[in-house]
Amino acid sequence: MTTDSARATAGVRPRVVVLDYGSGNLRSAERALARAGAEVTVTADLTAAAAADGLVVPGVGAYAACMAGIDALRAGPVIADRVAAGRPVLGICVGMQVLFEYGEEHGVVSKGLGLLPGGVTRLAARRLPHMGWNTVDVPPASRLLAGLPADGRFYFVHSYAATEPAGLVAAGALVTTATHETSFVAAVERGPLSAAQFHPEKSADTGALLLRNWLAHL
Amino acid sequence: MTVAVRVIPCLDVDAGRVVKGVNFLDLRDAGDPVELAAAYDEAGADELTFLDVTASSDNRGTMLDVVRRTAESVFIPLTVGGGIRQVADVDTLLRAGADKVGVNTAAIARPELIAEIADRFGRQVLVLSLDVRRAAPGTTASGFEVTTHGGRRGTGLDAVDWARRAAELGAGELLLNSMDADGTKSGFDLKLITAVRAVADVPVVASGGAGAARDFPPAVAAGADAVLAASVFHFGELTVGEVKDALRGAGHPVR
Repeated sequence: MTTDSARATAGVRPRVVVLDYGSGNLRSAERALARAGAEVTVTADLTAAAAADGLVVPGVGAYAACMAGIDALRAGPVIADRVAAGRPVLGICVGMQVLFEYGEEHGVVSKGLGLLPGGVTRLAARRLPHMGWNTVDVPPASRLLAGLPADGRFYFVHSYAATEPAGLVAAGALVTTATHETSFVAAVERGPLSAAQFHPEKSADTGALLLRNWLAHL
Repeated sequence: MTVAVRVIPCLDVDAGRVVKGVNFLDLRDAGDPVELAAAYDEAGADELTFLDVTASSDNRGTMLDVVRRTAESVFIPLTVGGGIRQVADVDTLLRAGADKVGVNTAAIARPELIAEIADRFGRQVLVLSLDVRRAAPGTTASGFEVTTHGGRRGTGLDAVDWARRAAELGAGELLLNSMDADGTKSGFDLKLITAVRAVADVPVVASGGAGAARDFPPAVAAGADAVLAASVFHFGELTVGEVKDALRGAGHPVR
């Protein structure tokens, strides 16, 4: 892309905002993105979130609590506007899950941002949380995971996930899956929207690869 | 493929320094937890655990600084345990850069703490740590007892039952530290791992007793999802890579 090469030539680092809506280990995301080459700001400021070259939506803990934090900040429309305008957004863990239409935890259904079709439900696995380093099945056209070795692993820690890739594929998304007793959606790429169920910021060199790939297309 | 067996070096930290001598690699300062953490990250550790062994109030500020500096220098998950009494302590550690917290004594005294932490931060942050010994005959149904004070003081609490309850209350992971096996280098307590695996579906971390690479695969075969060790790594008797080779050789997936 022209802007990429222009920026690279100028030695300018892409400006990334990590959205601070009260969730997660934001410092980890900030450091990992900086290591991957971004100029990172952690902020709740929506003007900065709208203006950044890339916006990262983090999230750990409960779906409902994350949505409450996003709603309290009124960040939902900013995220949606960015995607509608073709401006990159990366959701991580629960920050990916909230991009779907809904999340169901403990029998309670919470409305999500609805930028991806389908919902997030409890994994049909005996051993939960799914915790540790797992491999992923990457579609050949993936930009986010380009260059990942076949045995590359990412750090996952979650009990809920999107488990219906068909709806995403039908909606034009590239879907990376992983298996923990059952198959689930590990990453999604659709236009400006990217998302990972795992934690690239905690995934050592493979995580850095993903973040560099994302930054390269901002 | 399936999730890899995690190999976790554990660092005992007191007043900002690693205690239980450390003697591996050619480090300028072998007692610095931050430097050691970075070296283990480099060596392929899947996760790191810090245990604040004194956990006095004076020590908390120092520990937070260590956590903060470590979180700056590694890109793998970090668990911090020791001295966590209340939800606010968890919040402080997570803000300092911990990904998970290990809770032990305070949860024995007040089991509701487990649910309080899980409700606030999600169960994935909470590692319930159990210091377990073989009980005197007739003391507990399972034959295993939870101890405090480094294994010296029995609680009368059945370790297997406590593990089951803790998982139900919201612990996201169980760290089984066998006080009988600890330091013996005679292998993990496989009966303990098997017994807890049978009653709890959350991930189980085996700890205590590792002396050689061949000790690790049986712990995984008994049901452990992760293996933790301290001295064998610190003294350079084993590398993380050697443990992973042994696990791989036994057919277990590793990173």
